Amino acid sequence: MRSLIGRKIGMTTLFQKEQVVPVTVIEAGPCYVLDLKDLKRDGYKAIQLGFEEAKEKELPKPQLGVCKKAGVPPVRVIGEFRVEELPELTIGSRLTVDIFKTGDAIRISAVSKGKGFQGVMKRWGFAGGGASHGSMAHRKPGAIGCRTTPGKIFKGKRMAGHMGLKRVTIRNLQVVQVQPERNLIFVKGSVPGSRGSLVIIQEEGK
Amino acid sequence: MNLAQLGGNKREDLADFKIGDTVRVHVKIVEGGKERIQAFEGIVIARKGPSRLETFTVRKISHGVGVEKVFFINSPAIEKIEVVRKAKTMRAKLYYLREKVGKERKVSGERKLS
Repeated sequence: MRSLIGRKIGMTTLFQKEQVVPVTVIEAGPCYVLDLKDLKRDGYKAIQLGFEEAKEKELPKPQLGVCKKAGVPPVRVIGEFRVEELPELTIGSRLTVDIFKTGDAIRISAVSKGKGFQGVMKRWGFAGGGASHGSMAHRKPGAIGCRTTPGKIFKGKRMAGHMGLKRVTIRNLQVVQVQPERNLIFVKGSVPGSRGSLVIIQEEGK
Repeated sequence: MNLAQLGGNKREDLADFKIGDTVRVHVKIVEGGKERIQAFEGIVIARKGPSRLETFTVRKISHGVGVEKVFFINSPAIEKIEVVRKAKTMRAKLYYLREKVGKERKVSGERKLS
């Protein structure tokens, strides 16, 4: 499974074959392989990647140790990805955007924009109540349960509450363009998170 | 790195035209696997957007119905742009033309290109 960590730059438009394509620009990699976890030593298979080089004094010492052990420059962000089969990579090797090609299907995970405490209309798409004619239930959820039976509100009932700021994965996004010289990858459509937020790019599996 | 640093330029092979000009836009159209060129002629009533993503709106009256088309300047579908008539306008957006009928629809200072 090919994986990379990157930062979202923003959205723009590309022109391709007489068509206008909305794209998200992501600055991805270069990432360094920090560790390969295997069944024997760690009990699970995973690949650990580091992203975004930083000054030594900006990072905690334990993190520096991890980088030093892998023989790579100090990296600010570390991410671990579970894999079924360990890829043939060596610890310390450098991954760049060119592991992805135009037309590849990828999935992108990131922390979505925080929306704060939101009502049911925005958070769950409820219809709300009437706007006029004496209606006083403008943005209310309406009934949330029954009566004596079952005498409770079921868990997971969709109600108002905190929205956004959670990890979201979008699957089957299409790579439109890759610019290895600038570490840029152009993905069709939108991607969770604000500009400058960290995103995880992975090859689409089954 | 931010979006502004991404770069990319406005294409410069197209004729220079201004708001109020009458232009003929030659657009590539793919129809049933075949490609042909269609012209859309009308008055440019707006140009907006940042350089690389600039769009312009062309308005014409077709069979008595007002038709507006918005084109991306950088769109590869645009084959070429011909300026049919030049005009001088008092404003940057000619949205008022939508409410005008008949003769009023003319933009002041129109002159034919010889």
